Amino acid sequence: MNEKTGFFRKPAVQSLLGSLISILIGLLIGFVVLLLINPAGAGAAIRTILLNFMTKSSGPALMKALGNTLVKTSPLLMCALSVCFCYKVGLFNIGAAGQYEAGAGVALYCALGLHLNWFVCLVAGMLAGALLGAISGALKAYRSVNEVISGIMLNWITLYLVNTILTAPGIKDPTSPYTLTLSTTNPSAIIPSFGLSALFANNKTVTIAIPLAVLIAVAIWVILTKTKFGYELRATGFNKDAAKYAGMREKKNIIITLAIGGGLAGLGAGFLFLSGYMQWSVTQTSVPGMGFNGIAATFLGGLHPIGTIFSSFFIQNITDGGSLIDKAVYPSQISDLISAIIIYTCGFAAFFRQMMNAFIAKKADKNEPNANAVAEEGGKK
Amino acid sequence: METPYAIEMLNITKRFPGIIANDNITLQLKKGEIHALLGENGAGKSTLMSVLFGLYQAEEGVIKKDGKEVKINDPNDANALGIGMVHQHFKLVQCFTVLQNIILGVETTKNGLLQMDEARKKVMELSEKYGLKVDPDAVIEDITVGMQQRTEILKMLYRDNEILIFDEPTAVLTPQEIEELMQIMKKLAKEGKSILFISHKLNEIMEVADRVTVLRRGKYIGTVNVADTTQEELSRMMVGRDVQLVVEKEPAKPGKVILNVEHMTVASKTHANNAVKDVSFQVREGEIVCIAGIDGNGQTELVYGISGLEPLVSGKIEVDGVDITKAPIRKRAAAVSHIPEDRHKHGMVLDYPLEYNMVLQEYYQPEFTSSIGFLKPKEIREYSEKLEKEYDVRSGQGAVTIARSMSGGNQQKAIIAREVDKEHKLLIAVQPVRGLDVGAIEFIHRQLIAERDAGKAVLLVSLELEEVMNVSDRILVMYEGEIVGELDPKTTTTEELGLYMAGAKRNVGKEA
Repeated sequence: MNEKTGFFRKPAVQSLLGSLISILIGLLIGFVVLLLINPAGAGAAIRTILLNFMTKSSGPALMKALGNTLVKTSPLLMCALSVCFCYKVGLFNIGAAGQYEAGAGVALYCALGLHLNWFVCLVAGMLAGALLGAISGALKAYRSVNEVISGIMLNWITLYLVNTILTAPGIKDPTSPYTLTLSTTNPSAIIPSFGLSALFANNKTVTIAIPLAVLIAVAIWVILTKTKFGYELRATGFNKDAAKYAGMREKKNIIITLAIGGGLAGLGAGFLFLSGYMQWSVTQTSVPGMGFNGIAATFLGGLHPIGTIFSSFFIQNITDGGSLIDKAVYPSQISDLISAIIIYTCGFAAFFRQMMNAFIAKKADKNEPNANAVAEEGGKK
Repeated sequence: METPYAIEMLNITKRFPGIIANDNITLQLKKGEIHALLGENGAGKSTLMSVLFGLYQAEEGVIKKDGKEVKINDPNDANALGIGMVHQHFKLVQCFTVLQNIILGVETTKNGLLQMDEARKKVMELSEKYGLKVDPDAVIEDITVGMQQRTEILKMLYRDNEILIFDEPTAVLTPQEIEELMQIMKKLAKEGKSILFISHKLNEIMEVADRVTVLRRGKYIGTVNVADTTQEELSRMMVGRDVQLVVEKEPAKPGKVILNVEHMTVASKTHANNAVKDVSFQVREGEIVCIAGIDGNGQTELVYGISGLEPLVSGKIEVDGVDITKAPIRKRAAAVSHIPEDRHKHGMVLDYPLEYNMVLQEYYQPEFTSSIGFLKPKEIREYSEKLEKEYDVRSGQGAVTIARSMSGGNQQKAIIAREVDKEHKLLIAVQPVRGLDVGAIEFIHRQLIAERDAGKAVLLVSLELEEVMNVSDRILVMYEGEIVGELDPKTTTTEELGLYMAGAKRNVGKEA
């Protein structure tokens, strides 16, 4: 076999190429949409989306914008890890969005209602997400309820539950639909920065949550590939009958997996809301996109914990970049539309990988008979 | 120019990454002959048939039909050339009738409505002509495996196929049904059909085939007339060395009772009735007890009950005096090794590398997992390589080979290595040689006897009569969830065993 096809058969290379193709196609479709709306500004707009923080003129402004993007990348990465972890065990954790809501709700309640410090709030948020995940897991393990169905229903139940809980006086700002800011109500609940914010032009929302999220991604990768626990979980995901045969407790593993997935998503919400970057709106009537974007980031990241670090950053980057488009030329929704298109095509990363495989196989099949034909000719002489 | 050959596959070469599955193989099927294709697992039989069926494209070589070169790009091309196949696992729609299954895909319609009467007439004519007894209106799930197979054959005939491929057709049949199939095949050949018969059962090949082509490790070994050869010669061609066809073993020296099953009842997953009904038996150390019976008479559920994959409805199981009736699987595994019936479903995690599969039962032991829960990659690799060597497990890239890419025989050897090497008192082996070739069968049977001689209790579940008769020290026959007979392989005959298996005779439990 020639070396070139061998290189393209490597799974890592395929993952990367599949993701890059999805991004390209997404950008292309996005660009066409921009052209249709207003051809004059399309080039500049797509550039803004991609470059995001790099379009800032001065160094400090650039670093500050990068800091903002990173602050939002860490919860996205956690949601992506949540989906990725469960996916390795054969579970599709669409409930990450609800687990994220639960994390946000409990973390904020602990911070604003109970005036606890950041670490306790963070852990409480994580446990809330884990509990929600465990409910889906238990329903799946003992009642064969598909985790997608229970996850979607729990997403909505949790949304309104959190809205209700956070409406309490002392938590919600009486003059707006948002929760009170941590900096005025309980500064001790803000995740510390340990000097990190200085690197980002004193962006106060840059906290240790960002490096922590990356570390957790690495930890998840280690757990899945290097430990007994990961061995069991992946075996269950690949073949639950063989897992049962080998004496693994598949029911227990399903619950633990979804609980861990939920914990990751809940922790992600804590990372965002306990950084003081934004407040929860108790009037929101749609499930936050973070959990769903996590699904896109997982697939774009090649279903690999390390890959999701980069894909999460990319998705957050274009989402933020989208909001910087010239609003005089394009309607304000355009940024969401473009990033949605790209995220949508990202979901096809796995599909492109498959196409590529089929293409390579076909090409290999076609090439070799030719080579043989030549060999035969030679033989006849 | 008239050629005597219906199909010729000349100098076929098919490569896969790291392996040459077919290396310059030539197979010439004469019109009206029964041509057996014989070879070990991984010898390239399936690949060759896949090339003929258009599932794979050969890199070298040509295929000729009636002397003319043809190109087979997909199974539709194969069908158009009149090539049909009865697969080892039937491709029938369970809730359709025989007739509906036969016409599936080639229905005659008028204004979009099915014309069943014409089809029925043709099916009945074919059925009579070739002696293929079927009830056209019976639903597949209600009929015997033999009739299902006849339905598959009729499917080929209904499509006017001239070249019929039978892939290991006797594996699922009773002795009586096998005899019938042999007659049908002879009749088909007499009527001018050309038959390719893929098998590893030498006695069947000797009985029914005219010529036989032997493959070994992807290479063409030769084509011989069956009339001019012997079973011994064929097995030597196939394996490349002398093979003992009859397993040699000392008389058993049974010791104390290891497995004690009392009044075991196990529910069925498929019907309301219990699959195993009030079964009691014992297996002692140093003996091989074989559960014989036709597939689907409760053997699977019996083993599920003992291994813990299914809970019991009632009854008691003891291993070496310890009650394990309610014990979790892992606790049972301390004393019980289990070579499962379905190696893909239970036996292996196919997407895991071989080394991970080798430790599937023991990965959690301190040998392979550190005290803080990290796997020990070096120890796992060494252990896997040790087993691969001892049990001659072959794979493309050794310990890191993904199990899915290994041949069935080597997958089975890996499972056997794992189960035999681990601590145990009782070994349950369910159809351990299913789909394997003579060389592998010999190896596995020797392992089972070695286990017995090492003082283990062996419970063998088998559908193959030869295996039942050759390997076991005691035979228990299961029929409809009950043990209906206890036989001594030294004094019983295949015919008698067949009668018990078919439910016509019993000597245990209720009086016949």
